[in-house]
Amino acid sequence: MSRLKNVLETLNAQGKKALIPYVTGGDPKPEWTVEIMHTLVEAGADIVELGVPFSDPMADGPVIQLACERALKHNTSIDDIFEMVKSFRETDKQTPVVLMGYLNPLEIKGYENFAIEAAEAGVDGALIVDLPPEEASSLVPFLNENNLDSIFLIAPTTTDDRIKYICDQSSGYVYYVSVKGVTGSATLNVDDVAKKVAQIKAHNQIPVGVGFGISNAESAASVSNVADGVIVGSVIVNIIAKHQENKATINSEIKTLVSSMRHAMDA
Amino acid sequence: MGAKTNKRITEELLNQLPDDKGHFGPYGGRFVSETLMPSLLELEEKYLSLKDDPTFRKEFDKDMADYVGRPSPLYFAERLTSEVGGAKIYLKREDLNHTGAHKVNNTIGQALLAKYLGKPRVIAETGAGQHGVATATVAARLNLKCKIFMGIEDIRRQTLNVYRMKLLGAEVEAVTSGTQTLKDAMNEALRDWVTNVDDTFYIIGTVAGPHPYPQLVRDFQSIIGREARAQCLEKEGRLPDALVACVGGGSNAIGLFYPFILDEEVEMYGVEAGGHGVETGKHAAPLCAGKPGVLHGNRTYLMSDESGQIQGTHSISAGLDYPGVGPEHSWLKDMERAEYVSVTDDEALAAFRRLTLVEGIMPALESSHAIAYGIKKAATMRKDQIMIINLSGRGDKDIHTVADIDGIKV
Repeated sequence: MSRLKNVLETLNAQGKKALIPYVTGGDPKPEWTVEIMHTLVEAGADIVELGVPFSDPMADGPVIQLACERALKHNTSIDDIFEMVKSFRETDKQTPVVLMGYLNPLEIKGYENFAIEAAEAGVDGALIVDLPPEEASSLVPFLNENNLDSIFLIAPTTTDDRIKYICDQSSGYVYYVSVKGVTGSATLNVDDVAKKVAQIKAHNQIPVGVGFGISNAESAASVSNVADGVIVGSVIVNIIAKHQENKATINSEIKTLVSSMRHAMDA
Repeated sequence: MGAKTNKRITEELLNQLPDDKGHFGPYGGRFVSETLMPSLLELEEKYLSLKDDPTFRKEFDKDMADYVGRPSPLYFAERLTSEVGGAKIYLKREDLNHTGAHKVNNTIGQALLAKYLGKPRVIAETGAGQHGVATATVAARLNLKCKIFMGIEDIRRQTLNVYRMKLLGAEVEAVTSGTQTLKDAMNEALRDWVTNVDDTFYIIGTVAGPHPYPQLVRDFQSIIGREARAQCLEKEGRLPDALVACVGGGSNAIGLFYPFILDEEVEMYGVEAGGHGVETGKHAAPLCAGKPGVLHGNRTYLMSDESGQIQGTHSISAGLDYPGVGPEHSWLKDMERAEYVSVTDDEALAAFRRLTLVEGIMPALESSHAIAYGIKKAATMRKDQIMIINLSGRGDKDIHTVADIDGIKV
């Protein structure tokens, strides 16, 4: 069983929901990322989404665009991301790590090499924002061969037919994008999210993580009432942006925020 | 047997492209986030049902004739031809279209689609501003809300077009992210589209982007090549020996080339922006110096570094300053049906001045790239041979850039 599936099933058995924070690898500097990942886990993260920086993050709002720019100032590459995961795995063997990014860096690296090296580094799954399942046949077989989960997006605009198709192609969990827009933009409407999650669940028992628009403990708690996982990105990346010169402050503020979400979700 | 045989493009093969997922061989496709997929599928369905619909065609053709002023002339550049001393040089005069470039052929087509889809708002990215002007123009005419995304670097070098767009009622948003040029304008337009997908139609200005854009932009622009083919047959009694067009995203080039693809004796040259010279790395010539990758919804030749980050580009012409290219050009390159070359900023500038002095026609700096290569190539051809250069736009918008270089304040 994949590490991802194992964690999600254990949580489910305990009646708990997964807290899935996101940070961009290499932001604000590559040497700080591993410590930030450990902080996320100490604060209550069940799964860590680690962003692979890209020069043209079309689906992201300004917060994550700037995080990519900071990481790329240090030339953070996929290989550097693998090194970070390896180093994280030295002390954390349980927490699943999902890489999130855009296709071109994988295309240039080569899909098979990507999958082999990701698995060796201790990565558990990949979510490529600009790769809908229709185009994924060049990547997914290599992910499967290396026991990596393929996570795809579902959006508010996704039709019923597509929901079924996407769930069939996904493993680990599906990522429901709760608002039309880019990351860090609008606030979500929990009733709409609940309806869509029910629609997804009608097709498939795959766990549903919900992201976009979750910015505090309260919204994390309300989404956790209707979904299997709560994905939080821009609000964490904002802390990094604000304190980019001060590692200790970044870690302590992230710990405070993520713990508050954890407590609210478990309450 | 052998590679050459396999690269022959038959009518059957050509008619199958793009395939039902938008592929031209390994290129093209639909690489976007899920939020946009349903809209793209809807657009594809609508376009496929309308493209051969007589009412839709009639409306498009009528606008081409009465609003754009088509057919555009095929002009024999007699003085230039005699100076060069080689092939007869004809210019396809897209500069004479309403709004001054080929871009309007496509914006009229897409605005019609927006109307049929019932979308009250259109958005577009622009580099040189020609596509932005052409979009703002059709939006004014059809009473659509219009927002144009333009890199702040391009806003600086194309002030005249920015003002034109504003006069036409469009909102122009300055894009300050990334390299602040065309690719970043496209990122920002995609971000707007994903946010306002319900009421907004994205009018992409070139043959790039996710399927079905490369196909539908090609189809709308192919009017250039259909006319040029018929005009050449009428004037010369035969097909041309060579076609030359500049390639940024590649819409004017595919428009000229497409109706000639099966005419194997017609050579096709796409001219990319060589900037300071391809060897310097400061250029915008992905077909000459890039490799396949994925950006803005399609797989195509791209300028990206060894870790897959998109590289900054350089060209004197804002309209060519883009790191990717339409996927059908990538396919034509691999099939060896078209040859892709580059000319430098300086060569393009010299061609701008030469055509202005010799023929009294001031070409856009984009089109000047095609003129520069056309002159070089024509000189190597026989006097009984024929070349058509696509004069894709007029140069008024570039007067400030040229004056700056001359140290003159206008």
